[in-house]
Amino acid sequence: MTSLTTDHKPIYDSEMRRKPEINEVRELARYWHLVIQLTRRDIVTRYKRSFLGIAWTMLNPLGTTVILAFVFSQVFGARGPYAVYVLSGLLPWTFFAQSTSACMVGLIAGGSLIRKIYLPRTVFSISAILTALINLGLSLVPLLIVMLLYGLSPQPSLLFLPLSTLCLAMFALGIGLILSSIAIYFPDVREMYQIILTAWLYLSPVIYTEDFLPPKYVWVVHLNPMYYLIKIFRTPIYDGIIPAPQEIFLSLAIALLTLMLGWILFTRKAEEFAYRV
Amino acid sequence: MSKATAPQTLQAPLSIENLKEVIRLERVGVCYRVPSERILSFKEYAIRWLQRRITSREFWALKEVTFSVHQGETFGLIGANGAGKSTLLKVVARVIRPTEGRVVVVGHVAPLLEFGAGFHPDLTGRENIYLNGAILGFSRKEMEAKLERIVDFAELWDFIDAPIRTYSSGMSARLGFAIATDIEPDVLLVDEVFSVGDEAFRRKSEARMREFRERGTTIMFVSHSMESVKELCHRVAWIDHGHVKAVGYPEEVINAYRNSQLG
Repeated sequence: MTSLTTDHKPIYDSEMRRKPEINEVRELARYWHLVIQLTRRDIVTRYKRSFLGIAWTMLNPLGTTVILAFVFSQVFGARGPYAVYVLSGLLPWTFFAQSTSACMVGLIAGGSLIRKIYLPRTVFSISAILTALINLGLSLVPLLIVMLLYGLSPQPSLLFLPLSTLCLAMFALGIGLILSSIAIYFPDVREMYQIILTAWLYLSPVIYTEDFLPPKYVWVVHLNPMYYLIKIFRTPIYDGIIPAPQEIFLSLAIALLTLMLGWILFTRKAEEFAYRV
Repeated sequence: MSKATAPQTLQAPLSIENLKEVIRLERVGVCYRVPSERILSFKEYAIRWLQRRITSREFWALKEVTFSVHQGETFGLIGANGAGKSTLLKVVARVIRPTEGRVVVVGHVAPLLEFGAGFHPDLTGRENIYLNGAILGFSRKEMEAKLERIVDFAELWDFIDAPIRTYSSGMSARLGFAIATDIEPDVLLVDEVFSVGDEAFRRKSEARMREFRERGTTIMFVSHSMESVKELCHRVAWIDHGHVKAVGYPEEVINAYRNSQLG
């Protein structure tokens, strides 16, 4: 058979080692269809056979907002369009919490697959982030409704949201990759993470405003990366202005660094995943 | 692709005189690190790590494995449970990188997945075909072109838009086999799959494997059924405790293996 020329056939040689973090990007480009199919799978199984599925994505943050708005305005005496404040922080927070948890679930569920067939291991995390992005997009609908109810007309500053979302997505992917490279060995990390998330939520100005904090603890909150990422998401919505340049650069830097750290850590560890018997 | 970085030794063996070599294993060893006690929780791991009580021992699943498989060959792997046959398939499938030694595989490799691996129960058969295709590296468009043949072969036209969870195990096995064998890889890896499915489908599957063979696909085949191995394979390797005990014609190797089991 003369057809076996090595020119146009892929060759796998175990001794040709490229840097794993770069190799993963190349492989990901080849397996892009799989990322799309996995995202599609998650969206379809969630929404296709239930109308409530879509409605729930929109009603869930709305319900939380109604409760919090009631408690804070009636009990703690918060003023102004508090509901818009909560919702504009709750959406990026929910995105972060859901997508990072989904990264872990995705890799654990895909574990049986990666022990049988070669796949770039990052596909699970990336599709988890894409799925969460679609959910975030859907939950912008109730946000717009609440804004209009409070007489806040959408400002051109909303056009800044894609960049805020990009920062958020990069940060979540970085954290998700770090978490899933541990969770594949220890499933209990998933439960521990839920407790960490609860603590983290209270360390982030999502339901309370910044001036609510005792001044001597403000620095603690300022150490929290989510503080900046939530802020650049909220400012265009709640204040109707584009965030300050230093806030934008800081968020971008946090997001990029976290993504790089997570990517390098995960891809270097990824080869060992299949070794687990 | 990256010829410049290819080690010198790659040039000679895979050049024109040796065109027919498709899989080459050179002194391949795979070492698993097995923890002496199975630690399942992160909390426990953290505590033991602080106490410096984490120990593991090394287990060589494969050691010094050297042989080649040629274009169009159906190559069988036999041996007792835990001998390292499945690990060997994983090394060829690129799932595991060998701890030592070298593996070279030319062409598109596809493992015949355990039936149902990668299926999602809530998705329809059709949606699962696209998902499974993507897992094997094919786009939705490419799978659309194959869809008709796949569903024909699996005989599932009446159920293709029903969720997989409504399928019987035989039905999903048929779909899995139909997808895996429709993608026409250069190297097909088959790990003990003829144990499921009814008799009629088994015959159909074996017929398809023969089709593959005739088309010139290289097949690596793990089985405990010496009859299937004798019937389908050109050559056989007997793996024992991670070592290659013998490589050769099915008759001789199977006899040697059987004799060792009697004694």
